Amino acid sequence: MPEPAKTPTPPPWAAGGVGRAPDGEAAERVPVAAPGGQPPTRGVPTGRVPGGGVGDSPIRPEAESKVNGAFDYASDLAFEGMLWGHTLRSPHPRALIRSIDTAAALALPGVAAVLTAADVPGKLHYGLIEADQPVLAPGEVNYQGEPVAVVAAETLDLARRAAELVDVAYEVLEPRCDAGEAVEAGEYFRYQPVRLGEPVTADAAVVIAREYEVGMQDQAPLGPESGVAVPTGDGGLVLHVATQWLHSDLEQIAPCLGLAPERIHLAMAGIGGAFGAREDLSVQVHMAMLALRTGRPVKMMYDRAESFLGHVHRHPARMRYEHGADQDGRLVYVKAHIVLDGGAYASTTEAVVGNAASLAVGPYKVGHVSIDAWGARTNNPPCGAMRGFGGVQTCFAYESQMDAIADALGLDPLEVRRRNALAQGDKLVNGQVVDAYDPTRAVDGQPFSPLRDLLDRFADIPVPPIPAGRDIVELPGGTGNTTHGEGVRRGVGYGVGLKNICYSEGFDDYSTARVRLELDGATGEPVAYIHTAAAEVGQGHWNLQTQIARTELGVERVVLLPNDTKAGSAGSSSASRQSYMTGGAVKAACEAVRDLWQGRDLDDGPIEATRVFRHRATKPMDPVTGQGDSHVQLALCVHRATVDVDVELGLVKVVDLTCVQDVGKALNPVALEGQIHGGSAQGLGLAVMEEIVTDGGRVRNASFTDYLIPTILDTPPMRLRIVENADPEAPYGLRGAGEPPTLSSTPAIVAAIRDATGLPLTRVPVRPEHLTVRRPS
Amino acid sequence: MSVATRADFHRPAAVGEAVRLLAEHPEAVPVAGGTDLMVAVNYRHARPEAMLDLTGLAELRDWTDEGDAVRIGSGVPYARITAELATVLPALAAAARTVGSPQIRNRGTLGGNLATASPAGDGHPPLLATGATVEIASTSGTRTVPIGEFYLGPKRSALGPGELITAVTVPKAAGPQQFLKVGTRNAMVIAVCSFALALDPDARRLGTGIGSAGPVPLTAPDAEALDLPWSSPGRFDDALAAEFGRRVAAAARPIDDVRGTADYRRHALAVCAARALRRVWTTAHDRSPR
Repeated sequence: MPEPAKTPTPPPWAAGGVGRAPDGEAAERVPVAAPGGQPPTRGVPTGRVPGGGVGDSPIRPEAESKVNGAFDYASDLAFEGMLWGHTLRSPHPRALIRSIDTAAALALPGVAAVLTAADVPGKLHYGLIEADQPVLAPGEVNYQGEPVAVVAAETLDLARRAAELVDVAYEVLEPRCDAGEAVEAGEYFRYQPVRLGEPVTADAAVVIAREYEVGMQDQAPLGPESGVAVPTGDGGLVLHVATQWLHSDLEQIAPCLGLAPERIHLAMAGIGGAFGAREDLSVQVHMAMLALRTGRPVKMMYDRAESFLGHVHRHPARMRYEHGADQDGRLVYVKAHIVLDGGAYASTTEAVVGNAASLAVGPYKVGHVSIDAWGARTNNPPCGAMRGFGGVQTCFAYESQMDAIADALGLDPLEVRRRNALAQGDKLVNGQVVDAYDPTRAVDGQPFSPLRDLLDRFADIPVPPIPAGRDIVELPGGTGNTTHGEGVRRGVGYGVGLKNICYSEGFDDYSTARVRLELDGATGEPVAYIHTAAAEVGQGHWNLQTQIARTELGVERVVLLPNDTKAGSAGSSSASRQSYMTGGAVKAACEAVRDLWQGRDLDDGPIEATRVFRHRATKPMDPVTGQGDSHVQLALCVHRATVDVDVELGLVKVVDLTCVQDVGKALNPVALEGQIHGGSAQGLGLAVMEEIVTDGGRVRNASFTDYLIPTILDTPPMRLRIVENADPEAPYGLRGAGEPPTLSSTPAIVAAIRDATGLPLTRVPVRPEHLTVRRPS
Repeated sequence: MSVATRADFHRPAAVGEAVRLLAEHPEAVPVAGGTDLMVAVNYRHARPEAMLDLTGLAELRDWTDEGDAVRIGSGVPYARITAELATVLPALAAAARTVGSPQIRNRGTLGGNLATASPAGDGHPPLLATGATVEIASTSGTRTVPIGEFYLGPKRSALGPGELITAVTVPKAAGPQQFLKVGTRNAMVIAVCSFALALDPDARRLGTGIGSAGPVPLTAPDAEALDLPWSSPGRFDDALAAEFGRRVAAAARPIDDVRGTADYRRHALAVCAARALRRVWTTAHDRSPR
């Protein structure tokens, strides 16, 4: 196997580039130093916990290389003799392929291979849940951007030119782009109802019936899809990929290549953000096919436009909600009709529908429920995993409904939520009992309500005052100089999000960790080596593993081995689960090593243990009633947004986001704050700007010029109140933290804009023309 | 085997050499900051066979005080316009401040904005409002084009083959000026629409410029002709400002696109124009009551 011309992913001892065993060479590299510089321990346990453990915020192992630019992201990989691959994609949302002529492309000097569906060595389809996505379109295309052919050439530019020479004869068909019509026609990936009691309109004092719409958000990771496939010379392959789940990739790739999984080694490449976009395969099978055909390393790297077409998006949604409440604002019933647009292929739509249905009411107590949720199949871009995963869309709807109830009854928005808040022992609409809090904890003789606890903490956090004089950058429109205060009104709003942590609905989710403790030959210090397949997507998971090892083993030096498929599966860096799952696996393996270490001296040889960690078992939702303990863990986040709106121009400036989140246990406070900041900003993006705009199935804004994500001027200071109500079942009591703020910031911001404008605002992102629609010029 | 396709890259050291190279290589595309051209190349909307690098032309990279006007070399980046010309050319400096990000403003040039001639270019409205002139060189000499005659269509201008924009001459502000740009985020955004206004209290004249609301950057002559209470400025009121806004909106010829609707653009222009007029009027008459 050729060595990379450039070392893929520094730091070499931590990253995901090329596999390297925990040999003497690795041990000589600079290990992760604990802050505080403790003196070396000897070969026996000391019982002392060095700095940089769980609860601290040591500097990340990869921090320096990411800051100084030395870190190799997947797009930086380079190998000797490497070819470049490029994908030819369908310009049509729906068409039959009558013929493909590759002769002109192949005739171009420097082109090494042009492959189509006919060249796929194994199975023609793959998928995360259902294998329905063609590797290359086998006779029809079902969305704009669907891969039709792949090219390998000496340069990327040449590969692109060759792709333009591939002559595809399409017979264009009328695309189906309306998700509601698709559901009517029976075109859907999943239908999930939830039934509880008997929702009767007449029983309620106030009835709020509204329709909501959520646009198609994109994960917009800054690192484009990229990887390199390297043939091993014996028919096997090494794939360097930036993915959220190596083993799931392998399971999907191997059958398509017609290779036994053992013939393929997956090595993690540096990941530049994921947010769900790297759950589905992108370059993997294509570059592997090209490498097998040409016998040379093949690199693929999408440009920005291709990235927007080459990964799934967040499901757009249309939701019809009806809430009935009594005169005190307590929920009597909820009816919801939820249509998520899954686009052309299944991806994770089935699981997204399950979340949308089971979380459709939020963290509120209600006895009578009728929810119907669909994931439609259309010719729009495929949708799948994105931070919040089915919880985001319904959260916008149910929180808007809660505000409408409060409005109708003249209640404070916090009070209406407090009155309906679930407490320990209450049931979610899927029948699952809220049980993940200290059972002995009670407030005024009432069962503990985790939501009420969070809501009450806003009492002593004042809304920021309006400053006397403001620079234009502090006002809506920013440097656009659109207002010096003219037309500006302030608004305040709240949002609550409820997110399931880890994989739900009976999925056998687990993670694997191997920990090896040995003495450094030179210094005599014990060094812990950790080997997992868990993806560091920027969340700080590598750092957390070193913290856990320091805490559990009492050693300072921890070396992370490259993440690859030589380790057992870690599951996905998704569903806010990696601290819980791989953190749990590393903890369990460390505990095993620690036990073995008792009464032993490392001079007698290294100690090693591998542990597989599982969370509690869950159940599928009943297909008719939606009942079943489908979730592992529930996490709550509450936002208060303060906005200034230029009501004449419809421009919004979010001036403050205050967030109260229950994280169970803060394992790394700095990383945790980063997760809350980032999740809140992503929810802000959905509230006021982020949308993939499609027209007849065609994406109209596949660029950062027109797909807008928040800049620093759009992102307000955030005040965080981190609450630690431990989950007795979870490692260290933690609750997954990455997703919940993404849910709650969107409805909080929209509620604040409603407060400023008095407009109903039932669609996100809120655009300027939505705020000025009825204003006279 | 080397198969890399290469583009010729010319690096003139003087404007004379540049226009001679341009005459000899009509396929060469001039490039200065590259903030438009290289994006087009990266998106494969453009694949120039040759480029003419303007960054070696020192004479394009400075501005000079011409008494009543400032002559800005076409290679002066936006960051310098913002930092150095805010007092004498306030509308242009304000527009330059809204271009892209700091990195883009360090690279991008006013000459490039004109050469691209996108209706959304931020530099155009202030140039229209102030009556700037564009200086164009070729092997046959230098000509100047009034800004109002420069824009011919979307991304089409009076710039002919073999011609190079060398400078823009902008009259110094004779009174308060405003530039307002509407975008769907608070920074680093292409204009949904924009508006520039220059007030000359002594000449009793208004100059207007409209961006991103028509096939070319536009002026609003009807709005400029609005009868204002020059002799008794205290009689200026919101109704006049609103009427000015209506006339500006009526001059626009916007379309619906992914950045905004035509209706919204007209509405926003009316609001922006009314605000701009109120601001310049108030500033002019607070400073120098007459």
